[in-house]
Amino acid sequence: MEQYLIFNKFSYPILSVVTFLPLAGAFFVLFIKNDRVLKYFGLLITLITTLLSLPLYTNFDLNTPKYQFVEIHKWFPFLNVDYIVGVDGISVLLVLLTTFIMPLCILCSWTYIKERFKEFIFVILLMETSMIGVFISLNTVLFFIFWEAMLVPMYLLIAVWGGPRKDYASIKFFLYTLLGSVFLLVSIVALYVTTGTFFIPELMNHKYSFSYQMWIFMAFTLAFAIKIPMFPLHTWLPAAHVEAPTAGSVILASILLKMGGYGFLRFCLPMAPQATMFCMPALIFVSLLSIIIGGYLALGQNDIKKLIAYSSVGHMGFVTLGIFLLNSQGIKGAILQMINHGITTGALFICVGIIYERTHSREIKNNSALGMIMPWYVTFLAIFSLSSFAFPGTNSFVGELLVLVSAFMKYKVVGFLSIIGAILSAAYMLRLLQKMIWADSTGHAHHDEHHEGDAHAHHLFDLNAREIVTLAVLTFFVFWIGLYPTPVLKIMDSSVSHLLEQIANGIKEVAPQSLHAANINF
Amino acid sequence: MQISLFLPELILCLMVLFFFFVSLGKPKTKFLENSAILLSSLAVIVSVITFKNEGMLFFDAYRIDAFSQVFKIIMTVGLLLVVYLGNNLKGIELELQAEYYFFLSLSVLGLICMSSSVELLTILISLEVSSFALYVIIPFRKKQTSRSQMEAGIKYILFGAASTGITLYGMSYVFGLTHTTYITELYKVIPALLKTNTLIFIGMIMMLCGFFYKLALFPMHFWAPDVYEGAANETTSFIATLPKIGAVALLIRLVSLSGIDINQLTWIMAAIAVISMTVGNLSALVQNDIKRLLAYSSIAHAGYVMLGIFSGNDIGYIASIYYILGYLLMNLACFFVVYHVSNEGENVTFSSFAGLYKRSPFLSLTLAIGAFGLAGIPPTIGFTGKILLFTAAIKKGFYGIVVLAVINAGISAFYYLKMVRAAYFGVDDASSPIKLHFSAKILGTIVIATIILFGVLPERIIEVAKLAISKIIL
Repeated sequence: MEQYLIFNKFSYPILSVVTFLPLAGAFFVLFIKNDRVLKYFGLLITLITTLLSLPLYTNFDLNTPKYQFVEIHKWFPFLNVDYIVGVDGISVLLVLLTTFIMPLCILCSWTYIKERFKEFIFVILLMETSMIGVFISLNTVLFFIFWEAMLVPMYLLIAVWGGPRKDYASIKFFLYTLLGSVFLLVSIVALYVTTGTFFIPELMNHKYSFSYQMWIFMAFTLAFAIKIPMFPLHTWLPAAHVEAPTAGSVILASILLKMGGYGFLRFCLPMAPQATMFCMPALIFVSLLSIIIGGYLALGQNDIKKLIAYSSVGHMGFVTLGIFLLNSQGIKGAILQMINHGITTGALFICVGIIYERTHSREIKNNSALGMIMPWYVTFLAIFSLSSFAFPGTNSFVGELLVLVSAFMKYKVVGFLSIIGAILSAAYMLRLLQKMIWADSTGHAHHDEHHEGDAHAHHLFDLNAREIVTLAVLTFFVFWIGLYPTPVLKIMDSSVSHLLEQIANGIKEVAPQSLHAANINF
Repeated sequence: MQISLFLPELILCLMVLFFFFVSLGKPKTKFLENSAILLSSLAVIVSVITFKNEGMLFFDAYRIDAFSQVFKIIMTVGLLLVVYLGNNLKGIELELQAEYYFFLSLSVLGLICMSSSVELLTILISLEVSSFALYVIIPFRKKQTSRSQMEAGIKYILFGAASTGITLYGMSYVFGLTHTTYITELYKVIPALLKTNTLIFIGMIMMLCGFFYKLALFPMHFWAPDVYEGAANETTSFIATLPKIGAVALLIRLVSLSGIDINQLTWIMAAIAVISMTVGNLSALVQNDIKRLLAYSSIAHAGYVMLGIFSGNDIGYIASIYYILGYLLMNLACFFVVYHVSNEGENVTFSSFAGLYKRSPFLSLTLAIGAFGLAGIPPTIGFTGKILLFTAAIKKGFYGIVVLAVINAGISAFYYLKMVRAAYFGVDDASSPIKLHFSAKILGTIVIATIILFGVLPERIIEVAKLAISKIIL
């Protein structure tokens, strides 16, 4: 077991502390009565978590694909389940993304959430624990527990603080994800019965017969394709995004969707390499469909949130495309694109939340012509919109470029088709920007007395300090990754090449037929 | 004969007699419930103390071993929780309250005898003792709260009598073919007989029918929704949990007779399990009465438990014991809420849950945890139980059945979620907040805590179950 692991060298269990600090905080939240105190307490807990997660970046060993900061405890010997956590170059980035996004989620809800604030902070902290838990688990049972446990707080987040159709959206989200993950459970148990372990690196190292690989690949892919979401399974996403409160949308876009991509990289590719090769064309096709259809649907939306939600489908299409091109640039681009999407789309949702608080509408036509009244706001909006369609100099440019390069290297057609998606994203984002900053197409300007959003003129005030800080943090990351992506790429470097090695080995070696699922009844 | 071996049963006999004599006078409700809690706690303590006992009684027809003692502990704890949950007895006719406790304890006496019986006639007698007491209890409901208790009582008797008849008939086959009624003897001959003789297979299936009835498995499940709906809330919380635990104990004992090989019996039980899940879950989707919904959900859960039993491996039996314990706790969490939401013991529908979050945050939390547990969401006991059951079945190669079970779990999430939604997001009701007594809050907290704690740290329970299973076969 040790050959995959580097044990935690800190004097304290850093990963467990980062994971469970929010949970402990959630427990204390139950005893706080004052809303004001609650806000600061929630912010404090998430900020401390962010600070505590920094050593994961500074002390990360770049030269090894092994899992680092590992902790092992016996937990459930009857089924050989250990509490085992650790991060590699792929998951550490997602953990850091989570810990950085969460304080912003509380900041952007400062005045947005008006009722049941205590429960809100409680749910947000529960979310943080389960999301970090998903990324650090090195045991499939632990992974599944965090994966499922996340459903309940996210469901509550949409269902309690959501918009008018929250009931429909929340249950759709819950059922879609649950139905996807039940097959995940079956394949986790099946893998255990075949190999006798739940330990992820060992499961990757095991050789399975082709048909067995196909079964587990399909079960895993269903779960992750729903989460990410891929084209025909994406319908829960716009509903959930539109109805969720700002913080919910941010969490959903920035972190939850990433779990799908992470799952592909952690489970599908290394455990079922032959099946991955076999299904590659189909998955690339579906990714292209996601990119193009997502972009096309985004073009027609009048609701800002819906527009961004559909754009997410397109962006995540780039992620899956990068993953299933199965070369170094593609996978690196995909991981980078996951981080970028987390930053940029999270920021865009915060922007929507800010404007919604002021005009109480998410329709583009009610929020047009803001350029004169809210210069700060439109500046940020412009930065994030540019980033969203991968304008050079912003973060998404690097990720999308890597994926496109990899596509052109492998299949020229795929490259050309995904260019269409990139163009579409420029089109819908520029349309959004044009309408929101300048007068809308009918020529109405913000000072027009007959404008439906009469509230416009007197309720609109520019960003306050809190909002500027929230967006400035994200802006910093947009440009950092945009102009100097090397640190991020370096972190994932050895893990990605190790992953590719695993796939290459897996394809070469023919699995012994004896493993062909010993005795299948029914 | 050593008296100490028989101690838990004696305590329950004492409880039965106590309530018999009390019923002759005109006792106060408060006095009744306090003595019931006291006596059932005593029964719990005694069964825990006698856990390590081993021995045979009554001409080897009655076996005290870790297996039976584990079930005695689970069932006495169940009795204590049911009695504690239903304090005030707001759904039971005032003049029948002493009798209610009398029959309740008599039924538990029958059930714990069942877990120790290793001889077919003893099994039958214990089964009958536990059933007869329940036949009487069901119509005890207050007349003004419901009009269907008589119908429920009649249905329970008719179904019960028919299934006992079938069981007895099956036993006659088994006896005729093997010339013995002792399980230890049967264990030696049945596995071989099953390979050659079809009659023994028919006999075994018929014999199991009585327990399928108790567990409310398809096709013996028709009574469940009506009886749940018709009986008083406190009675339902009993019927929904304890007899099922007894049935699981007996099913494990009897199914282990057929050996570990997969045979026709396994396939019949597998079919029954899958159909139960599907019928239960699909019917539960459209229910409006919460108790009816829980009835269908219990039919589905009986199907899940069967996964472990027909798998027939150790881990399967362990999983069933673990799961039925979890089922007891999670179901009682739901009934706890039903009992307290209902003002005067009337039935509870989805609309009564509306605004529950405002009326009592604690009750809605209990409901949420109970429902999420039943749906199998981690980190609850329901999730860990399901993982154990699925592992057991997959180890035996039942991939297809596990996939069906898992799809069913997905379907069931819908109606459990519907309950939670009703509690948290229903239109805000103008009705007054529900005041919970301090002792009720303690009970709720204990149930919630154990659902999560045993879910996260299952090892203790599993060790005990493992010990129990190791003793099941001589």
